[in-house]
Amino acid sequence: MTEQTIGQSVLRKEDMRFITGKGQYTDDINIRGQAYGYFVRSTVARAGIVNVDVSEAENAPGVIAVLTGRQLADDGLGTLPCGWLVLSKDGSGMKQPPHPVMAADAVNYAGEPVAIVVGESFQAAKDAAELVVVDYDEKSAVVDLATVQDADQLYDEVPGNISYDWELGDKDATFTAIDNAHHVTRLTLHNNRLIPNAVEPRAAVADFNPATEELTLYTTSQNPHVVRLIFTAFVGLAPEHKLRVVAPDVGGGFGSKIFVYSEETAVSWASRRLGIPIKWTAERSESFLADAHGRDHLTEAALAMDEEGNFLGLYVKTRANMGAYLSTFASSVPTYLYGTLLAGQYKTPSIYVEVEAAFTNTAPVDAYRGAGRPEASYLLERLVEIAAGEMNLSPAEIRRRNFITEFPYQTPVALEYDTGDYNASLTRALEMADWDGFANRKAEAELRGKKRGIGISCYIEACGIAPSQVAGALGAGVGLWESGEIRVNPTGSVTVLTGSHSHGQGHETTFAQLVSSRLGIPVEDVEVVHGDTGKLDFGMGTYGSRSLAVGGSALSRAADKIVTKGRKIAAHLMESTEDDIDFDDGEFRVRDSNLSKTFQEIAFAAYVPHNYPLDELEPGLAEKAFYDPGNFTFPSGAYVCEVEIDPDTGETEIVKFTAVDDFGNVINPMIVAGQVHGGLAQGIGQALLENCVYDDTGQLLTGSYMDYCMPRADDLPDFDVDTTVTPCTHNPIGAKGCGEAGAIGSPPAVINAITNAIGVRELDMPATPERVWRAIQEGGRS
Amino acid sequence: MANISVNLIVNGKAVTQECPANSTLVDLLRDQLQLTGTHVGCDTSQCGSCTVHFNGRAVKACTVLAGQAEGADVVTIEGIGSRESLHPMQSAFRECHGLQCGFCTPGMIMAGIDLVNRGDASDEASIRSGLEGNICRCTGYHNIVKAVASAAVEMGVKEEAEG
Ligand code: FES
Ligand code: FES
Repeated sequence: MTEQTIGQSVLRKEDMRFITGKGQYTDDINIRGQAYGYFVRSTVARAGIVNVDVSEAENAPGVIAVLTGRQLADDGLGTLPCGWLVLSKDGSGMKQPPHPVMAADAVNYAGEPVAIVVGESFQAAKDAAELVVVDYDEKSAVVDLATVQDADQLYDEVPGNISYDWELGDKDATFTAIDNAHHVTRLTLHNNRLIPNAVEPRAAVADFNPATEELTLYTTSQNPHVVRLIFTAFVGLAPEHKLRVVAPDVGGGFGSKIFVYSEETAVSWASRRLGIPIKWTAERSESFLADAHGRDHLTEAALAMDEEGNFLGLYVKTRANMGAYLSTFASSVPTYLYGTLLAGQYKTPSIYVEVEAAFTNTAPVDAYRGAGRPEASYLLERLVEIAAGEMNLSPAEIRRRNFITEFPYQTPVALEYDTGDYNASLTRALEMADWDGFANRKAEAELRGKKRGIGISCYIEACGIAPSQVAGALGAGVGLWESGEIRVNPTGSVTVLTGSHSHGQGHETTFAQLVSSRLGIPVEDVEVVHGDTGKLDFGMGTYGSRSLAVGGSALSRAADKIVTKGRKIAAHLMESTEDDIDFDDGEFRVRDSNLSKTFQEIAFAAYVPHNYPLDELEPGLAEKAFYDPGNFTFPSGAYVCEVEIDPDTGETEIVKFTAVDDFGNVINPMIVAGQVHGGLAQGIGQALLENCVYDDTGQLLTGSYMDYCMPRADDLPDFDVDTTVTPCTHNPIGAKGCGEAGAIGSPPAVINAITNAIGVRELDMPATPERVWRAIQEGGRS
Repeated sequence: MANISVNLIVNGKAVTQECPANSTLVDLLRDQLQLTGTHVGCDTSQCGSCTVHFNGRAVKACTVLAGQAEGADVVTIEGIGSRESLHPMQSAFRECHGLQCGFCTPGMIMAGIDLVNRGDASDEASIRSGLEGNICRCTGYHNIVKAVASAAVEMGVKEEAEG
């Protein structure tokens, strides 16, 4: 009997190569004769390009070529698209100024690539890049998000620097609710801008083969097929069948490796043009300048309540920073991944949200862990926490009064929640956090001269964006299904191919557990293959915590097809009928008999079809499925953060952090807890430490690990995590997705705890010691 | 850039290697010796992805010039254990799920071993402060701390430190 591993913390199959230093990341790949690319980047945030003089650089030792944005445009390459068309209130499409692969006529953010130097060594290319002289006609940069509409117009086609002005929900009903409310809680906030900082920098090794005209790109991507599609359909680099994109081991993504960027595209073009393999690996400073950033919203909101604290209406107005260009999925983030989430866990009857997407002379902003949902959760959970205080209700009580308790539930902002039990998570979280004992702990802390505070956050998330038809109607430029293939080998071991991509999530283990359990074979007999367009059919990759709910569901369907065919073969071999064959635990049995065949025997028979129903059935045993989800999944949870603050220094210590999540059915609890830990660290990083800052000329001030404060081991506490379970009702696994939850739920819990500790109503992230200290001086209760 | 020749011991083997004079030790390891288990995650010596052992102590290999390694004894992630016989720190990272994408992992493991060897891994707080020079974006450090603590027990150093 094969051990059933669903729900077990199976140790990860992929770990062995990583702990022995045998992982293969893009920069570890070297191709014979490869050259090295180094980018000349704009030193200014906004300028016309008058001239690019490459003569000295071209003649520098070890330089093979210097290629400019002008040459790239003259070669007929297209621009980088944004894949989601968002409409403004008046029905017009978003304004999308062309996003050149490398700048030819003008630069719009500091760090934008202008030229690439290709050298025999990295050092030769880097040294020569210093010799490229770009003559800029500098203009004043537009940096301040609040005043973009009054600033210089950056693009002819974008008046007021607003790409779109989008709305969702019932405006009249919401304003009526606000006008007639017993109390309205209002809040203005900035959701701080973040830089993703996967520890592996982006990299590309492009290898054009002049003999076959095939281009192979090894790159740090979360979704290699999407890269291939965009390279073909929009950039025009090569036809899809001549392009192979491989994402080998990838060192973290968090969204930042979804997008199709300038550098990977330019390196591929340069390889094709020069007919040689070229490697580019970002230095960290380039990651800071040119990886897509996250968040950066200015928001004002109003929550209307009756005498009892029941929510009547919610109005939200947000301005979202897009940076200089619309990155690959940027437009969807502050709209369909944000506005639609504003119901949270609450039955607010009317909601109206309007979002302006603004251009500034800063790096493009796109999805970063959570993408829109952390912004929604932060706003809502701050608002609710303040509302509780203003209504004299406990933070738990105001939430419980408003929780959605009946499912399915149609929100006023387009989503239909399938299932959840918000009271259960909150109850469990309060119990684990010993909420009732807080008063004593606070009193004890006071004796030590510390201010202690506690905060709650109850988040909702929508994962596995779907279904494709609905998304398409809303402007999505791609399908949102996933593919999965199971190839049973003649000896009964199995190769699983998935269009999802793992860059730390542990798919090689979780998917192996899933397939092994479905087919009744040992986990060791299942090999998971991903991340290579040359090996598998189209796949959509990994984003939005979708891999198990969507990619896993495709594999579940493929496994069903394997079993169906296996039963036909088994029926033939045992002279029975398909309907009389049961499949359980890796054995096909004739019902009410002692006849049986193992999975391995059936696999062998399929490939050595000597005794086989060849007139009805093809030999072989391999099945594919493309799964298009019927709905989003809706993970949810309740987080409790407890902090202690030193009033003399403003320093915040998180003394306890409790996270209770409902991810539906869980396949590997160890991996799921790990995902939560990582998300919490990023959320707490946003709340306490991380902040991307540009000066008013558009220079990035936080361009290294010295200036951008990453969470380190001693900034974080041990986390207390647990799960409650309401299985997703519409996918075959019952899973909801766990990758982003921690980053979504934690920032408001932290800020709620700090404001509780120091007795201020509002405090912007990151709550640095300086900000907290000032807040205490200016307004805190003593 | 002129080349220099460096003599050193890498993972127990004597090596003589030519490299450009401005190479760092991590360049030498990765580019010349193809020991790609040591990673590069930053350009300001702050992420710790490049941590190796240099004459028995953990150093960031991006801060050491290759020429400074003349005569040194360098151990990388490839030199501490193998698939068949893992170092206790390697096993602990796997058993505690102390890694996700694996990119910071070699550096973390090398830093963790040094921490234990120095007797600085006696409790959670000292492990956390001892790992301050290594950035992990995936794990939130929770399980890394557990891994180092469990390896410390396995390596027999914890008892000594406490005793
Ligand atoms: S690469 Fe050496 S510390 Fe970052
Ligand atoms: S495991 Fe990915 S950075 Fe640490």
